[in-house]
Parts: sequence; C-alpha cells; structure tokens
Amino acid sequence: MNWRTVRAIATKDLLEVRKNRIAIWSILGLSFFLSIGMPLLIGLLPFGSGPSSGDLGPFEALMHLLPSGLQGLPLGSRMVVLMLGYFLAPLFLIIPLMVAAIVGAESFVGEKERHTLEGLLYTPATDLELYAGKVLAGAVPAVIAAFLNFAIYAVVVDLITAPIVGSVWFPTISALALAVWVGPAVALLGVSASVLVSTRVETFLEANQLTGLLSLVIVALMVGQGSGLLLLSLPVLLFFGLVLYGVDVVLIRLGAAIFSRDRLMARA
Amino acid sequence: MTMAIAADGLIRSFGTVRAVDGVSFEVGEGEVFGLLGPNGAGKTTLIRLLAGVLTPDAGSARVLGLDPTIDGSAVRSRCGVLTETPAVYERLTARQNLSFAADVFGVPVPDVGARVGDLLARFSLQDRADEPVAGFSKGMKQRLALARALIHDPELLFLDEPTAGLDPVASRQVHDLVGTLRDEGRTVVLCTHHLVEAEALCDRVGVLAKGKLIALGTVRELSDRLLAASPVVLSFLGPVADAVAAAVGAVPGVAVTEREERRLLLAAADDGAAADAIGAAVRAGGRVVSAGRREHTLEEVYFALQEVPA
Ligand SMILES: Nc1ncnc2c1ncn2[C@@H]1O[C@H](COP(=O)(O)OP(=O)(O)O)[C@@H](O)[C@H]1O
Ligand SMILES: [Mg+2]
Repeated sequence: MNWRTVRAIATKDLLEVRKNRIAIWSILGLSFFLSIGMPLLIGLLPFGSGPSSGDLGPFEALMHLLPSGLQGLPLGSRMVVLMLGYFLAPLFLIIPLMVAAIVGAESFVGEKERHTLEGLLYTPATDLELYAGKVLAGAVPAVIAAFLNFAIYAVVVDLITAPIVGSVWFPTISALALAVWVGPAVALLGVSASVLVSTRVETFLEANQLTGLLSLVIVALMVGQGSGLLLLSLPVLLFFGLVLYGVDVVLIRLGAAIFSRDRLMARA
Repeated sequence: MTMAIAADGLIRSFGTVRAVDGVSFEVGEGEVFGLLGPNGAGKTTLIRLLAGVLTPDAGSARVLGLDPTIDGSAVRSRCGVLTETPAVYERLTARQNLSFAADVFGVPVPDVGARVGDLLARFSLQDRADEPVAGFSKGMKQRLALARALIHDPELLFLDEPTAGLDPVASRQVHDLVGTLRDEGRTVVLCTHHLVEAEALCDRVGVLAKGKLIALGTVRELSDRLLAASPVVLSFLGPVADAVAAAVGAVPGVAVTEREERRLLLAAADDGAAADAIGAAVRAGGRVVSAGRREHTLEEVYFALQEVPA
C-alpha cells in the first residue's frame, strides 16, 4: 500500500469537506450542543436544593456506578453527577459517529455526485488505496472531534459540578474508556456505514439522512443505561468496545469488497 | 514499430447492452489514433477497458506492454486521461487540484512544486492558480483537466472528446496541444465525433458503431476503399455554357455528375480522362480558372460507413 497516495486522498477529501457548509455546520452544531449546551442546561437545573436523601426512582440502579466518595452527596447533586457523568455520557458517542458518517457521506457519495469519481479511478491508486484514503478521511476527523469534544465536555462538567460536589471528579475511568476505547470504534462504525450507504444513494444529503439513523443506536444505548438494563461499567464498556471493533472489521472488509473500480464505474 | 496498444477481441456488456463488442486493433508508439463513432458507439467504454478501469467480459489487451486487468495501476501511472466530462475538484484551487494529482500519480516529492508551476504556466492558469476552480470558465476547467492529464509526463494519452462544447479558440488550443504531444513523441488516442478534427489530427482512425470496429486505417485508405474516385471540379470564370458542358460530357470515361452556375463536377475514370475533359472544356470556349480533384472528407467516409451493413 502506497501511503502517500492514501494520505493525499484523505487530505483532499478533508479539504473538500471543509467547503461543505452543511457538513461543517452540522458537526459544529452537534458538538456545541452535546459538549457545552447540554451539560450547561442540566447543571443549571435547581438540583442543588431538594432533600438530602430519597429514592432516585429509575436512576436507582445507576447509583452503584458512583464512586464511594460521591455516595454521600445530597440527592440533587447526586442527580446532576449521575446525569452528566453517566446517563448522558453515551450520548457523547454521537459525535464520532456523526462526524464519521458526515465526512464519509461527503467523501464517498459527494465524489459521485460531483462526477469527480471517474477521474480518481483513472489514477494509479489501487482500489484498496482509494478505499483506505476515504476510510481514513472519515475516521481521523471523527476521532479528533471526539477527543476534543470529550475534553471540552469534561471541562464544562467540572466547572458546573465542582462547586456542588466539592472536587474535580470527571472524567471517571469509565467515561474515559467510553471516549478513548469505544469512541474510535464508533467512528469506524460511522465510516463503514457511510460506505455501505453510498452504494445505494446518489447524493450527500440522502447519505447523511440514512446514516443519521445510526444515532438511534446510541440513543438506545442511553435508554438502556437509564433503565438500568445496561450498566456501562468499565468491564461492560471494554467488552462493548471489543464487540464494536469486531463489527467494524467485518463492515470495513465488506466495504472494501464492494469498493471495486469496475463496480463503481459500471454504476457511474 | 512497437505497439502502445494492442487490443484483441475486447467485449464488455452492461446488462443486455454490448457496449464494446469484439474490438481488435493496434496503435503504434508515437501515433495519433482517432476513435470515431456516434454517441453510444462504445468509445468511452473502450478507453475504460484499456486503462484497466473496467474489466472486459472477454478478450484481452496490452497497453504499453502490460495487461490492464493485471497491472492496471502500472498502466495508469503511464497514461494520462482526459475524461469526456472532465470534472476537476471545484472546491479546490487549481494548484491544489494539480498537487493532489501529482501525489496520486507519484510525481517525485521534490519535483511537485516545479511541475505544478510549469503546467499552470503552460495552460495559462498561473494568474488564478490559487482561486477555487468553481469560479473558472468552462475553457479554464478544460485546460486544468488537460494539465492534470499531463502531470506525470505520460507516454500515452487518452483524450475523450476533448473539444466537445469548447469555443473555436479553445478548440484550436486543444488541436495545437495534440500537435505538441505528437512532437514530444507521445502516443495519443483521440475520441471524437468531430470528423474534421480527426482528419486534421489523426494518423489513423478506427470507426466504432454499436460496439464494433467497422473500419480501420488512414482517412485516405478508408475513402479509397469506401467511395468512388473523388470528383474532378472544373471552375469557370463565368456561367458554364451548354456547349462546354456537352463537350466535357462527350469525353470518353467522363460523366458530368453535377452542374452548377460556374462549376462542373465530373466523375472521371482516371487522371487521363480528367486531363482530356479539361482540354475539351477549353476548346469549347470555357474559361477554366481552376481544375482539380476534391478529396473526400472524413465526413463522407463516415456516412458511407454507416450504410455498410455491419
Ligand atoms: N456504466 C454503464 N452502465 C450501463 N450502460 C453503459 C455504461 N457505460 C456505457 N453504457 C452503454 O454502452 C454503450 C456505449 O457507451 P459509451 O462507451 O459511453 O459510448 P460513446 O463513448 O461512444 O458515446 C451505450 O449504449 C451506453 O448506454
Ligand atoms: Mg463517450
């Protein structure tokens, strides 16, 4: 594999994405909402007042996740900590997923939509190099965006909760595992989804809508956590990430098999 | 002569359509070869097969000594292609477009800057090199696409209808470029349905119709094979008198095929008969200002070919 070719294709795709307003604003809007807007909103709810003990209802199951140091906090504070540190944390995976899917849609479908694909097929790049360049173009910014957003989210959460909790407690080890271990796996999922979707659709917007459905998976994950069905403790997260990487390998290989010059050209 | 291209029985279908149907031909190194044919004849598909972008259903090809189905990457690294609808990256600048191509075509890293600069200058794009291509005119985009096709100094060029939709000045520039490419010793395959263009530029042409190569040769060979001897045209100073026309028509081996106000078109059996006809016209009082054979145009050859059952 010629890495110069792969890198050139990925870089070129990212240059193009930068000029796609819909893509950029979706990514920025999503990032702002999830890592700044949402924690601010929840942190500013008047949880600090309220009784010091009581039943947390459906959130009771999540209580086990709180480090022992935080178990003694008043109910309202525990609620904020729980929401920001645990319940909403999986939502954060929407960022790598969506960035990968948006960039992937742009790079796989956009090139078809703008009729530049044929020129690319006439280059010496092998099918695998073309594919790798495009997977990289989706995955790298998704992982970077995920890490950046996670850092911002952590700062915002600590700013809001440190006064209530009395210490800087976030990120917890499982939140860190979520970002560092599960995040990239989800990014790859977004990329491979957009590759598969690109074989079915003709425009960037269609592709974007279809891959958007994937975020439902994440919402399901969150609901699972909220109802106590799926506790995202460290071992669960590590295992979950491993399964995702397995799925990624399968999907990426499937995409590579589909991504052949002859197929792309015969359809073009 | 070494062959740049040797195609042998290439076949490629899409669904039930046989886009290329058993095409065999050769193109010598340094030759400018024209691929002629109406829309849908299979010209573009043939280029795709030769560049290893499509795989043939049957048949084989050698391009620059390599099999494109096996060594497609190597073949493409030595070929430049101007596609039929040349799409450059509109959101990128001209320079970014060329640098990207240079990277993907493996231009040595230290040479990229100079090579890109040279091509921008050669195609008169240097003044707007750092502007997004979206704002360029069609002609400028075409020049950029041509520059891109040349970025890696290819031995073989495929130009797919390079002047379609261009104004006469831009077309002339493309024609001049083909001449330059020939002088530089490159092999050029030129797809066109522009007959005058093919006639002016190509050493040999192949005519495709419904995926089949129905004729192959120089324009002269094709016209000799397909059409009767070219007409002799006699032009007169004034209107052609009946007596003159009659005298010419009476020469053995000569028939007047068309009579215009000041011209006679003759079918002459041979050059001797043509010379006799000119003499007869003068003796009958005709004031001949010019006389000569008119060569068949490729256009006439082309239409004659469409009438030959495939
Ligand atoms: N990717 C494709 N899918 C289906 N049919 C195609 C495809 N490419 C070409 N064809 C068909 O093959 C025939 C030849 O097309 P093409 O090679 O583009 O001809 P030309 O370049 O001479 O106009 C046409 O009938 C065209 O519709
Ligand atoms: Mg064509």
